[in-house]
Amino acid sequence: MSALPILAVWLGAWGLNAVLARLNTRLTRILVPLIFGATLLVLWEMIVRAYAVPSVILPAPSQIWASFAGNIPLLWGDFVQTILKGALSGWVMGALAAIVTAIAIDRSPFLQRGLLPIGNFVAALPIIGIAPILVMWFGFDWQSKAAVVVVMVFFPILVNMVAGLAATDALQRDLMATWSAGYWQSLFKMRLPAAMPFLFNGLKITTTLALIGAIVAEFFGSPTRGMGFRISTAVGQLDLPLVWAEILVAAIAGSLFYGIVSLIESRVTFWHPSQRR
Amino acid sequence: MTRALPVLTVLAAIILIWYLAAIGMNAQWAEDQAARAGTELTTGQLIADTLSQDRPVLPAPHQVAAGLWDGVFGQAITSKRSLVYHAMVTLSATMAGFAIGSLAGILLAVGIVHDRTMDQSVMPWAVASQTVPILAIAPMVIVVLASIGVTGLLPKAVISAWLSFFPVLVGMVAGLRQPDAMQLDLMRSWNASRSQSFWRLRLPSSMPYLFASLKVAVAAALVGTIVGELPAGATSGLGARLLSGSYYGQTVQIWSALFMAAALAAGLVVLIGLIERITLKRMGLAR
Repeated sequence: MSALPILAVWLGAWGLNAVLARLNTRLTRILVPLIFGATLLVLWEMIVRAYAVPSVILPAPSQIWASFAGNIPLLWGDFVQTILKGALSGWVMGALAAIVTAIAIDRSPFLQRGLLPIGNFVAALPIIGIAPILVMWFGFDWQSKAAVVVVMVFFPILVNMVAGLAATDALQRDLMATWSAGYWQSLFKMRLPAAMPFLFNGLKITTTLALIGAIVAEFFGSPTRGMGFRISTAVGQLDLPLVWAEILVAAIAGSLFYGIVSLIESRVTFWHPSQRR
Repeated sequence: MTRALPVLTVLAAIILIWYLAAIGMNAQWAEDQAARAGTELTTGQLIADTLSQDRPVLPAPHQVAAGLWDGVFGQAITSKRSLVYHAMVTLSATMAGFAIGSLAGILLAVGIVHDRTMDQSVMPWAVASQTVPILAIAPMVIVVLASIGVTGLLPKAVISAWLSFFPVLVGMVAGLRQPDAMQLDLMRSWNASRSQSFWRLRLPSSMPYLFASLKVAVAAALVGTIVGELPAGATSGLGARLLSGSYYGQTVQIWSALFMAAALAAGLVVLIGLIERITLKRMGLAR
């Protein structure tokens, strides 16, 4: 009997979306995914309430929200520890190291041919596995998390940056040569700007990797704060609404991180065809 | 040969750096031991000691190789100490999850390409979900599923399915949209039905995209399984090997499990690359 309203909400929202999607205007293209997301939330809430799903298995969105709103200071502390100290500092260090390495090996075709296959190979490996080793080396605090993030983001950014530095064509390089530009001039005025779309591709891919690395590394040992620590202890206490609140924080942080990087990208690579409207 | 030489040189350099790092990082412990015993170590003895400790800070490459060799060939395959056994546990969950995830991704991509409502509703969320560090909650999924009595291969497969789902979905949507308006018009001028133009135009031209995303997906599925094996209680699988190694300070065990996982990932990616080459060649798409 309780399945009837759930089905009704689903069909109603889907029908509304079908009508809106056919209009295909700018407004509906924003509205349709929003309605879809809201419908999923409503259905989730209805299913949990109608079938009395225990919150140990799946808490309702309202419970998660209550836990989120009630634990703001706690969640903020975890956010600072894991995202700002661990993930962000590691991501910045790893990105800088990768960019410098890419520029260094770019001068030597021999090193390029040697490092690129290895870089591509390493980028596909389950690098997260080095987390226990790095936690052993750098201790339980954020330094070990930053180290894991550095290793995780290094190779994807390196591979993208090397590809980016090779992205100029012979005509453009010849033009710089006819202006008798030196290595550094042509690097800063031509090749680095040309490499930016590739670099930002790597930076965007690695935003999620950085968060994953920082959180998972906390499962191998952490101080008594941090998102990974909170997730594992809250699971132990069966406080699932708090776990989901941490996931909500991770989701918001991940989207914000990605959004900020894309925003910078659209400012830096405004000339690239993919940015034109 | 011209392609192998640079790679081999870089590999040799990495191994050399590794040895130097092992000597540097393990020296402290060797010196402490010598000071406790009241003896002086010559440089030669010190180096020899740093490369042969039981629980080094950083095991030397030959120790890891010996650990791998012992784990792969030195134990019966059914033994709990055999890396082959643990790798098979991880591999089976990875393959199950990968199969479920990529099949679901392909099916949903077909739906998205053919239905505008689905496209506009689901696609933004599928893209946005890429920015959520979903892997970080993998251990939670395991614990929650275990609390309702679901254990063994399935919970890990759920995580790797979830992780391999999105790369395939995004790649297949791009692939199925690959045919341009002219090709679709040509199909229409031949009076092809929707299913005919799907099977004879869209699906074949999506194959390069499918394989590219399958490679990403299989690597992601393996990572998902390994992280899924991390929660305490898991006793088999490469992730459990990593965790027990880190609990007991068995660094050689951690590194061998890590290299086993790397070999597994490389093997899976190479295998899919091989299938890709054969398929594309038979379809005449090979470059």
